[in-house]
Amino acid sequence: MRGLVPGVVAFTLIAGFVHAAEEPNTLTIYSSRQAHLIEPVLDLYTEQTGVAFNLHTGKPGPLLERLSANGEDGDILLTVDAGNLWHAAQRGLFSVLGSETLTRSVPAALRDPEGQWFGFSRRVRTIAYNTQATSPEELSTYEALVEPQWKGRLCLRTSKKVYNQSLTATLIAHHGEEKAEEIVRGWVANLAMAPFSNDTKALKAVASGQCDVTVVNSYYFGRLMREEPDLPLDLFWSNQEDRGVHVNISGGGVLKNARHPAAARAFLEWLSQGEAQGLFAELNQEFPVNPEIPAVPEVQVWGEFKADSLNLSETGRLQAAAVQLMDRAGWR
Amino acid sequence: MLPRLLGNTLLLAAGVAVGTSVLGVALAWLVSAYRFPGSRIFDWALMLPFAVPTYVMAFVFLGILDFQGPVQEALRDWFDLPGSWYVEARHPLGVLAVMTLVLYPYVYMLARASFLKQGTAPLDAARSLGLTPWQSFLRVALPMARPAIIAGVSLAVMEALADFGAVAVFNFDTFTTAIYKTWFGFYDLSAASQLASLLLTFVFVVLCLERYSRARARYVTQGRTVGLVVPQLRGGRALLASGACALVLAVAFIIPMGQLLFWVWDSVAAPSSGYLGLVGRTLLLGVMAAVVITSGAFVMAYALRKNPGPITHMATRVGTLGYALPGSVLAVAVMLSLSWIDRQLGGIWEAITGVATSTILVGSMASLMLAYFARFLTLAFNPIDSALEQVKPSLREAAQSLGIVGTEAARRVYIPMLRPSLLTAALLVMVDVMKEMPATLLLRPFGWDTLAVRIYGLTAEGLWERAALPSVTLVLVGLIPVFLLAGRSRR
Repeated sequence: MRGLVPGVVAFTLIAGFVHAAEEPNTLTIYSSRQAHLIEPVLDLYTEQTGVAFNLHTGKPGPLLERLSANGEDGDILLTVDAGNLWHAAQRGLFSVLGSETLTRSVPAALRDPEGQWFGFSRRVRTIAYNTQATSPEELSTYEALVEPQWKGRLCLRTSKKVYNQSLTATLIAHHGEEKAEEIVRGWVANLAMAPFSNDTKALKAVASGQCDVTVVNSYYFGRLMREEPDLPLDLFWSNQEDRGVHVNISGGGVLKNARHPAAARAFLEWLSQGEAQGLFAELNQEFPVNPEIPAVPEVQVWGEFKADSLNLSETGRLQAAAVQLMDRAGWR
Repeated sequence: MLPRLLGNTLLLAAGVAVGTSVLGVALAWLVSAYRFPGSRIFDWALMLPFAVPTYVMAFVFLGILDFQGPVQEALRDWFDLPGSWYVEARHPLGVLAVMTLVLYPYVYMLARASFLKQGTAPLDAARSLGLTPWQSFLRVALPMARPAIIAGVSLAVMEALADFGAVAVFNFDTFTTAIYKTWFGFYDLSAASQLASLLLTFVFVVLCLERYSRARARYVTQGRTVGLVVPQLRGGRALLASGACALVLAVAFIIPMGQLLFWVWDSVAAPSSGYLGLVGRTLLLGVMAAVVITSGAFVMAYALRKNPGPITHMATRVGTLGYALPGSVLAVAVMLSLSWIDRQLGGIWEAITGVATSTILVGSMASLMLAYFARFLTLAFNPIDSALEQVKPSLREAAQSLGIVGTEAARRVYIPMLRPSLLTAALLVMVDVMKEMPATLLLRPFGWDTLAVRIYGLTAEGLWERAALPSVTLVLVGLIPVFLLAGRSRR
């Protein structure tokens, strides 16, 4: 008993300095996309090539601080939301990849114009509605949700979520700040209840008739319908008559101080094509970025859509303005 | 925005302070001063909610009580209410209820230990001087337990102030959510840290005021006393006492666990591989951190007794503030300091070996332990410190007169006397470390995923029901130290 305490302290301190050994054939990935949405893809790559992975998941903010402080630490950064990628690029975390394969596989709107980061799956943020209370004819654009007919019928997720910040950033990009604020104020005025902490809660509120429409990422809809197929819910692709629906990405790039830059780049190129590209999207019911790869049938049934062609780096550039705008408009 | 933020934050602090102290002290007094049906079981069972993480309690609470939950559905059914009828469950009172139910055990455990240690002698004396039982509670037992109660309440309030998980579920804006919004919305870490230091200053001032207000009081106990028999409650009073304890236990533990188990049963997902690994790592981190932090806390509390001066006082005050700092902010602060050291060490290393390296501390177990240390020191410090406060000075003098001083005195006098408190401190730390999420997420070495990390991964994607399985497991693992605590402290 007497030796126990010093023993544990000593063990902890010694164990404390033992790092995972540097293996030449191991890529280190930092990711704010969750592990269960990546691991199957990594396993497939390991199976095909023998390259192994160290995967470290976490929140995007703290991860970026860690990588900024310790540049030599990893090979690849994956995150969700283009805003996060833009911030990482601003801090000079990524190296410029002059990869022809990536440039060909990923449409121009979904990658950094300078080639620092690339989207690998598309997440469409669009309108979902209650099929018993609303007909699709009533719906048209995000902007139209400010109209008086939606008074007390709209539900939204909290403005703290980066997906809403990016959507608002695209409003600023298309309409200018003044008009964008007017739109957001209009939404807030039409809210049926306080904003929800996540998309699924907002969808359930719509399904149960607490409100009639909301704006969500399509995969939340897909997941909920897989569990409860009888819910009176459907998706509506917004803004098809004008610029197209807002598309965000899950993406990444090779870190500037990567120990294995060539291997990291080869992995990302592999991820942008073929089987891997399909699997990466399928894991979360998202859409592939590569136009040659079809979405899984489960997602295809939602129909074709026209996507906003605004380059996503704009959403990063305008994110801070969007956050302030939503604050002023009282979107909690 | 600012007035609402400050209002919400003060409401949260005040509500949790009142809620946890009323619930914690009342229950502790009931089980330690009376016997009633079930009192022996309630005595330990009332500690169980301590194993439930705040964020888990919050999503379970909303799952049960919001519009689509079973309660409101049943109400609409029974009373034939219109389908659109609802009560907004995401109410500030809901946040306070969740926080109080999860955090009252801090007050309960510390107050209970203090009441038990007082023994019945002071109360008998009070009664013999003509005080009613109620008066003797208010004028004798309660003031004597004050350091313990304050220690418990301050832990509860600090945790509530630093909480992000539960308030985010309710979309309830506090100072901490503002800190995160500044950080993640603008990527402005320095503005976020300024806000965080404001929060810390507030906590610091309040704690100093409390210290000052009881600066001259002494809380020495007579040691173990054999008192009269603990009174047995009968009839309506017994029923009331049992009922109150059962109600709290049901609402704070049994019903939430039932809901989690229902979700586990209901969800299609089978436990993925590597579950045992998650449990093992969670436990191992808890044990390692408990040993390291308790040792550190003892050294600090002992130094404070041995060398009470302005420097040691200030050092302990500041050193125990970490608990009020939002987890991710603290984790990044630790990470940034360590990476600075890493760069210096890396330079030296490169000069010697010619191999460039910049990651020595960051991402090592040591960095994670340091973050835990900064965050949970107060958790271990408070029980040890209040136990030291109750050691009679005459004992130290007696030891001194026998020539036992310095580390010898610590080893032969203090540690044996403090063994129960040291164990309490270690178990408290262990439970909280296992529930901890943000620092573990940022600083864990590769492959060190824990149950809390798994829960984060699922809830971040909105998979609340699938998070039920790791949540139940985390609560069950957390029950191990809670049972040890309870069993050890049984009369």
